[in-house]
Amino acid sequence: MSHYTQLVVELTILALAIFLGVEVISKVPTLLHTPLMSGTNAIHGIVVVGAMLVAGLAGADLLTGWVGFVAMILAAANVVGGFVVTDRMLEMFKRREPPRRDGEG
Amino acid sequence: MGETTSNLLYLVTIICFVLALRFLSSPTTARRGNWIGAAGMVVAIAVTLAHDGLHVGWRIPVGGAIGAVFGAVGARRVKMTAMPQMVALFNGVGGGAAALVSLAEYHNVAPDPGRLHGDISVSIIASALIGSVSFAGSMVAFSKLQELIQGRPITYPGQKFGNLLLLGAIVAAGVAIVAGAERQWLLVAVILGSLLFGVLFVLPIGGADMPVVISLLNAFTGLAAAATGFELHSNVLIVSGALVGASGTLLTMLMGRAMNRSLGNVLFGAFGTVQAGAGTGAAYEGTVRSVTAEDVAIMLSYAHKVVVVPGYGMAVAQAQHAVRELADELEAKGVEVEYAIHPVAGRMPGHMNVLLAEANVPYPALKEMDEINPEFPQTDVALVIGANDVVNPSARNEPGSPIYGMPILNVDQAHQIVVMKRSMATGFAGIDNPLFLDPKTAMLFGDAKESVLKLVAGVKAL
Repeated sequence: MSHYTQLVVELTILALAIFLGVEVISKVPTLLHTPLMSGTNAIHGIVVVGAMLVAGLAGADLLTGWVGFVAMILAAANVVGGFVVTDRMLEMFKRREPPRRDGEG
Repeated sequence: MGETTSNLLYLVTIICFVLALRFLSSPTTARRGNWIGAAGMVVAIAVTLAHDGLHVGWRIPVGGAIGAVFGAVGARRVKMTAMPQMVALFNGVGGGAAALVSLAEYHNVAPDPGRLHGDISVSIIASALIGSVSFAGSMVAFSKLQELIQGRPITYPGQKFGNLLLLGAIVAAGVAIVAGAERQWLLVAVILGSLLFGVLFVLPIGGADMPVVISLLNAFTGLAAAATGFELHSNVLIVSGALVGASGTLLTMLMGRAMNRSLGNVLFGAFGTVQAGAGTGAAYEGTVRSVTAEDVAIMLSYAHKVVVVPGYGMAVAQAQHAVRELADELEAKGVEVEYAIHPVAGRMPGHMNVLLAEANVPYPALKEMDEINPEFPQTDVALVIGANDVVNPSARNEPGSPIYGMPILNVDQAHQIVVMKRSMATGFAGIDNPLFLDPKTAMLFGDAKESVLKLVAGVKAL
């Protein structure tokens, strides 16, 4: 595939993904806006893929290696922190109070 | 693993992410959705590890482990009241990672002139610029929310002009790179300039506007990730970035609408700086009626319906558990208790919902503004806890007010109103609230948590 053919395909994907995103996200109730924000936070942790490709570039020089290493730390913190925080939040949303109730829950 | 196989597996990740967002449409499925998203992420990481020509070495596992530990410990330890900071922080590191990936990419391809297509250099610059702004801006937002620096807008003369000049210089450097001046210091300059711009851009934005800023920075990081996708030819990055960008943009617009302000006004208006002489005290006449917790406890116990209106003051005092205790006592006496949630109450979209959910308030009792507003005329007592601007009737009645036109919770239509406040200080917008002078309003001064606990004791004693 020529470079520009690929670019056009990628732009098509981008445009469709934006429309899909707007469609899906407009169905999220305001009740869940904080988990939405932190969940999308976790999703943009996908830059970890980019960080891995850079940090694992064969025959890379010192600068690339270290920049990749720092990117790897940041991206991994983003992924793990994002999903864990979102899970903690969503765990709390309950329809009725749990049977056990001692002091503050 | 070959290109085709890995792209096919990346498609699995894309589908997982879309499902994760789809499942967020209901609180009953949301948690499962988050797990599906995490599974998609694991697939993407595994596929990348198996990539042809990837030299795993020590940097990927060690860097990944350090980041994962930081992320997991931070996410586990953080208190629910500190959630806005945490969201800002995780958002920032994502943007930072995107910017660094661009820097490394550019460093690797730049020495080879002619290899760089125009669209690739545009993507590299976009990702470096937006990622850096998002990183620095999120760090400032974090510092403001954590109260490491003051939450009020920080302004100085020539601020807007200076910021504009800086942005112009960054864009000029970017254009120079695209035009073919493939010098590495130029991209470093873009990154450093963008970091500075990110700081300067969030500094003048006040605490109560944080829901807008956090949403916007969220969108930025998404866009930075999408730009990184273009430079690495990675569909999964493009789609994920676009989803996040769309989400952040939608939330930003929603928050702006809930404040009846344009994005430009939020970003450049330095709203909340105390406007000297802007009719302070002169406009309203009347007396403030102060009551004791015992009086309020009686009022609440004999009501049929009580609506709790929480605001940032409840978060600061960490009063959510006490509030829930009070609701339990009242419900035991047959009082109907509901919660009215304004979209911009707190410091991030949906902030109050998370806090009350933490205190085990069942979510069907949390009512959105449009749902609860028609119910205020049938409400016996509206209990306002640490909210101010979102219940200010001048937003409805006074065309001259700075918040005129902002949709508010119509608590002034309730039979009686109790406002719990630390003092008579004005709210974030620095304007007076005629609600406090309404003859139906009683003021209960003091720390929100202590006051609510006194109410609990009072209701129990009856």
